[in-house]
Amino acid sequence: MSIMGTRVVRREDPLFLSRGATYTDDLTDERLTGALHLTLVRSPLAHARITAIDVEEARSAPGVVAVITGAEIDLAPALLFGGANKGMVRSWLPTDKVRFVGEPVVAVLTEEAYQGQDAADLVEIDYDPLPAVIDLKAAASDEVLLFEEVGTNTSNGFGLKDEFDEHLFDDCEVVVTKEIVNQRLAAASLETRAASAVWGEDGRLTLWCSTQAAQSARDEVAGWLGVDAAQVHVITPDVGGGFGAKIGADPEFALVGWLAKHTGRPVRWNETRSENMTGMVQGRAQLQTVTIGGNRDGKVLAYRLDVLADAGAYPRLGAVLPMFTRMMAPGVYDIPKVESRARVLVTTTTSTAAYRGAGRPEATAAIERSMDLFAAEIGMDPAEVRRRNLLRPEQFPLKTKGGAPYDSGEYEKALDAVLDAAGYTGLRAEQQRRRDAGEVVQLGIGVSVFVEITGGGAFSEDASVEVHPDGTVTVLTGTSPHGQGHATAWAMLASEHLGIGIDRITVLHGDTDLIPRGSGTMGSRSLQTGGVAVHQAAGELVELAKQRAADVLEANVDDLEVVDGSVNVRGTGQGVTLAALAEKERLQVDSNFDSGAPTFPFGAHVAVVEVDVESGKAVVDRIVTVDDAGPVLNPLLCEGQRHGGIAQGISQALLEEVVFDADGNPLTATFADYAFPSAAELPSFTLLDMATPTHLNPLGVKGIGEAGTIGATPAVQSAVVDAVAHLGVRHIDMPTSPLRVWEAINAAASEGDK
Amino acid sequence: MKVRMTVNGDDTSADVEPRLLLAHYLRDTLGLKATNVGCDTTSCGACTVLVDGESVKSCTMLAVQADDATVQTMEGLSASPEDLHPVAEAFRTEHGLQCGFCTPGMVMAAVSLLRETPRPTEREVREGLEGNLCRCTGYHNIVRAVLAASGQDPDAVIGGGHATEAPSGGVEVAPGFSTGSGA
Repeated sequence: MSIMGTRVVRREDPLFLSRGATYTDDLTDERLTGALHLTLVRSPLAHARITAIDVEEARSAPGVVAVITGAEIDLAPALLFGGANKGMVRSWLPTDKVRFVGEPVVAVLTEEAYQGQDAADLVEIDYDPLPAVIDLKAAASDEVLLFEEVGTNTSNGFGLKDEFDEHLFDDCEVVVTKEIVNQRLAAASLETRAASAVWGEDGRLTLWCSTQAAQSARDEVAGWLGVDAAQVHVITPDVGGGFGAKIGADPEFALVGWLAKHTGRPVRWNETRSENMTGMVQGRAQLQTVTIGGNRDGKVLAYRLDVLADAGAYPRLGAVLPMFTRMMAPGVYDIPKVESRARVLVTTTTSTAAYRGAGRPEATAAIERSMDLFAAEIGMDPAEVRRRNLLRPEQFPLKTKGGAPYDSGEYEKALDAVLDAAGYTGLRAEQQRRRDAGEVVQLGIGVSVFVEITGGGAFSEDASVEVHPDGTVTVLTGTSPHGQGHATAWAMLASEHLGIGIDRITVLHGDTDLIPRGSGTMGSRSLQTGGVAVHQAAGELVELAKQRAADVLEANVDDLEVVDGSVNVRGTGQGVTLAALAEKERLQVDSNFDSGAPTFPFGAHVAVVEVDVESGKAVVDRIVTVDDAGPVLNPLLCEGQRHGGIAQGISQALLEEVVFDADGNPLTATFADYAFPSAAELPSFTLLDMATPTHLNPLGVKGIGEAGTIGATPAVQSAVVDAVAHLGVRHIDMPTSPLRVWEAINAAASEGDK
Repeated sequence: MKVRMTVNGDDTSADVEPRLLLAHYLRDTLGLKATNVGCDTTSCGACTVLVDGESVKSCTMLAVQADDATVQTMEGLSASPEDLHPVAEAFRTEHGLQCGFCTPGMVMAAVSLLRETPRPTEREVREGLEGNLCRCTGYHNIVRAVLAASGQDPDAVIGGGHATEAPSGGVEVAPGFSTGSGA
């Protein structure tokens, strides 16, 4: 029986559930014996000139080995993301100016961890405050510049050269426009960032760090330190969540490496949560202006998306994510005219980069909100408006107005499935009953239909499969799991070909000496690239084994089959084990799979919320989802990815927001302040299955890591608005907190009184 | 200051700074690294251990406050990786963990919850674990795991949560594996 598609429990778990996983801060590697502890003194101001730094008192504190300022660092300031405005570089430790609260200014190295904070408290830094730049429109005005020498706060522009078409909406009976906030979020992985470094006698740096992509972390750190990539050996221990924020390296990692070199001692760094909430990259942070036009029969004719995106102080991956937002702008709809543009601006805040969805949730939120606004304007059921505009299955494959090469999709089927399973008609009847009765707790129903792009960052991935003489198997992969379960899933793929149980298959990742090439785990790319590469490598190993066995068994290759770890001559008792073949000659295959294109998973969500119209509090009662990412390798793991995504999607809609005050002070820098959801705020989820394959890889698989987030956010936001729509409310920005809902109800009421 | 406590059945003692957190005593003094520290505001619960049988966030307790106490961490729960405690085993079976960082605290909190409420409802599980944050699972499978560990059928308590097909039968493609178009 095939292992594919079965609910295999994880190989990782027995250790994780007994001794615990080994994260970077848990390492007891002997090379780190006697390591110094790094404590960073960070800027308390969002924008200021540094006028003096006094570290003398700190240097004489107990346990202090070194206190380092930027004056001692011989590395050039770095452009942290190659595609950003070239002048927007970050100093390793600035001596002239700080640009966000949390920017590291002084490094303190101590023998013991607790001594670090004591010494850090003795560092004196004088600042001359400058005006903070928080608001994106203020940033765009260039009145206050973060980088005076650059002369603008704009890092990147997409579609800015062409003017919008002034006739775009000429044919439309109805046109609606709205400014929408897609608020800034913290990835909030439970493990904060951490790195440990030591230089060997061979002149090589060994760097352990919490990352989603060891190979790109190696390349970035080497580049920042000005050494050859071959001089850097990155090892990824277990990683306690990433969600996009741990792609590659952070500048602190290189600093840890530099400090280890400078002191000649190993150095360990593990940040606090407060540091993490200001120092680790954040996500979303777009101000969108949507305009949608169409006819009263429900047909949408034109759509425009105008984006201001927040890069934070030093542009990183967030500088290019609006490209994905533009590409996915029309979503699942067949809209004749679509145009978009995006301007990426620096502000005196934490840098932005990928966070679960990374550019696509922003596109989906914009178009789905637009569809609701349009539906409300023409007085049509929002699910019906969607249905009338969906791309039809026979149109695939196609290139969209956003330029995306959609591979396959059954959008109406997904919509029908969730409407049916949720009992949409009944829900609308119950909603009407509560409205008619004027009940305090109203019902809201939100529908989203979405498509996203997965595997869009890197199409190619390596894999190696080796059968050892003892019958065990080692799989090397360039993907980098941090909760996704590749140790189990990739073992299943190899097991399927080799007929060797997954308990005898070890999957290794994240060690750049062992696996020099790889693109890591991000953008829901792993199965469709790295997984397919393992599948392919194991298949090639079977062919290699058959050829070798043909000699041993004096049989025709075509008569051989691999069953239960042996190459057998079909219909006879003759055979030779793969282990025996490996004993004669190394039995190993390196393979690479390149999909050449991304895939486009899709789905539909129905969210049901209850809103107390007196307090404004919204509670998600139910969410029913289709997240179709093609055939499912391991439903247990796939559902886990969907659950996590749905929770983060609900949470963006209802709860979470990174907030800065007008002076750039972060108001959500701890878990006591940031609205991280607990089990009590979430319901159990109802998942429906659909599996529409892609033609882009031999397994037919697409990515599942981000789907739930992308679909759930607009469905829940829409449901909250829908619950109070009868009171005259058309839109509430996220998070739809009780205060915002209550204010929207009151604003609508006073509007109605006029 | 001298501190002495029984941890996972072993007598331990050390001279510690009065400010040393119990979490750091466990991790750094004793080398028991399963207990994680995920925040600095007693919000996340990754550091949850049992002190004299009660669940405690060990980042909010000084080591000296646990003097003479009996402490249990996740390392002391199961006999071995192959012989997991029923609660840990339920987390595995129900896929109640992904990255694993919240897991040691979550499992210990679940053990404590089930001691106090042996047959909890879904709501009781959700509210009982409110002090333990997880970013990966959306809690869906954690709740199932705790229900399963209590001897209940999670599907019966929650009402499914995973519909294998839409009531209309409108979903034609079966879940599971195919090798793609035509293959």
